[in-house]
Amino acid sequence: MAEPVSVAAEYLAGSRARAARTVLGQVVLPGEELLLPEQEDAEGPGGAGERPLSLNAGARSRVRVVCGPGLRRCGDRLLVTKCGRLRHKEPGSGSGGGVYWVDSQQKRYVPVKGDHVIGIVTAKSGDIFKVDVGGSEPASLSYLSFEGATKRNRPNVQVGDLIYGQFVVANKDMEPEMVCIDSCGRANGMGVIGQDGLLFKVTLGLIRKLLAPDCEIIQEVGKLYPLEIVFGMNGRIWVKAKTIQQTLILANILEACEHMTSDQRKQIFSRLAES
Amino acid sequence: MVTQSVRSARCRAEVIIAAARGVGAMEEEMHTDAKIRAEIGTGCSPRGPGCSLRHFACEQNLLSRPDGSASFLQGDTSVLAGVYGPAEVKVSKEIFNKATLEVILRPKIGLPGVAEKSRERLIRNTCEAVVLGTLHPRTSITVVLQVVSDAGSLLACCLNAACMALVDAGVPMRALFCGVTCALDSDGTLVLDPTSKQEKEARAVLTFALDSVERKLLMSSTKGLYSDSELQQCLAAAQAASQHVFRFYRESLQRRYSKS
Repeated sequence: MAEPVSVAAEYLAGSRARAARTVLGQVVLPGEELLLPEQEDAEGPGGAGERPLSLNAGARSRVRVVCGPGLRRCGDRLLVTKCGRLRHKEPGSGSGGGVYWVDSQQKRYVPVKGDHVIGIVTAKSGDIFKVDVGGSEPASLSYLSFEGATKRNRPNVQVGDLIYGQFVVANKDMEPEMVCIDSCGRANGMGVIGQDGLLFKVTLGLIRKLLAPDCEIIQEVGKLYPLEIVFGMNGRIWVKAKTIQQTLILANILEACEHMTSDQRKQIFSRLAES
Repeated sequence: MVTQSVRSARCRAEVIIAAARGVGAMEEEMHTDAKIRAEIGTGCSPRGPGCSLRHFACEQNLLSRPDGSASFLQGDTSVLAGVYGPAEVKVSKEIFNKATLEVILRPKIGLPGVAEKSRERLIRNTCEAVVLGTLHPRTSITVVLQVVSDAGSLLACCLNAACMALVDAGVPMRALFCGVTCALDSDGTLVLDPTSKQEKEARAVLTFALDSVERKLLMSSTKGLYSDSELQQCLAAAQAASQHVFRFYRESLQRRYSKS
């Protein structure tokens, strides 16, 4: 019968792998497979999508594509593991097929090497501090990882202090380790965050949006009041203004930014600037 | 004689835009006909000429504390799900190479009993097959389900709510999954997504969990008397119905991401 065949075709329609190029910017769901474009020759980006297998299979060179968050390699395809929009970044220079990743909205942070985060010191045991960064395990921070710290000259860190640092070890198998110096031994803005101010939590997507190069929100907020602000990639923001009221207003604006359109935001800013 | 008729499905999507809170809510009414009909003359179900899935709706990110949350409605059955994870795990419960998945199901009234424990186990086995636990060893992923109202096909509704909540939390998964319930009554008529009255009067009630990639069977829980061929027919009907559920998932998630 023809009808069951058409239904069977409809079943499989959802599971056919699509080319990654055609899905850029669209919402992808876990379980989808994406095909990568393969380039015929080594010189220049000549690839124009997938080509059928040529008789001279040895001449085809593979392009090195980086699989970012939300994607896993399975065979020579990409398997989507998180729901979100598929993004692609062209390689800046040289070879490689660029980076593909899925832009998803999440609240829970998973430590990644190189990320700058805000942590709260929860325990001091011997030579290391245990810092809560919002992940599944507290990160460890050695007392020597501060600028100018020596065995005699210990940093002044108490339980409950806020620390801004970066991860040097962060993978699924080991306990995350963070430091407050960069590779040259300088603090570069990291270390214990000062007195007062307010720490609050937002989603990871909002942090990435605020830290994007041309974010208008930060420029507008800066024109409003003089302030100090620290963004942690683990979804935590620390903000400090002259008075407590201003600090609270800034915290509320940043939390609400996620759900507002840019017009609503401009309205609120103009209303605040008047008052 | 049993005849199998397959007609193309019509669906009408009604989109309700929630307040500017970034919450995606979707409602969709489905009429799907991929059924076995053995009756002569007697009307099928009070829903209409063909058997259909009940009206369903889903809302995501409605709770502020869990990392992911979802509420799934199927007709009058409603389940609220919250997901926490990957989070800290007690040393006694940690598994060295993958995440510890825990499911807690709370009934609407009373304390959780043995029936809830067995449903928790079924849901946990389904989730473990789909969640990529090896990416987060020595962590725990907890799914908490609260039954808000029970009007039939509860286990399927719990599975759907759990899947939507896991997606909302950003837990890595290798596929989506959905639950579909079938009831077989005494003369062999198949009803999809039965109400509690239909479930009580049925000869057999079968619940299947299917994955989104190839509609493969992840879990089946059956109660009652049925033959081998009836099982195959129910499975085929559930697979056909699941594509509508997955299409609803896709539209609901697209709606959510289109706001940003």
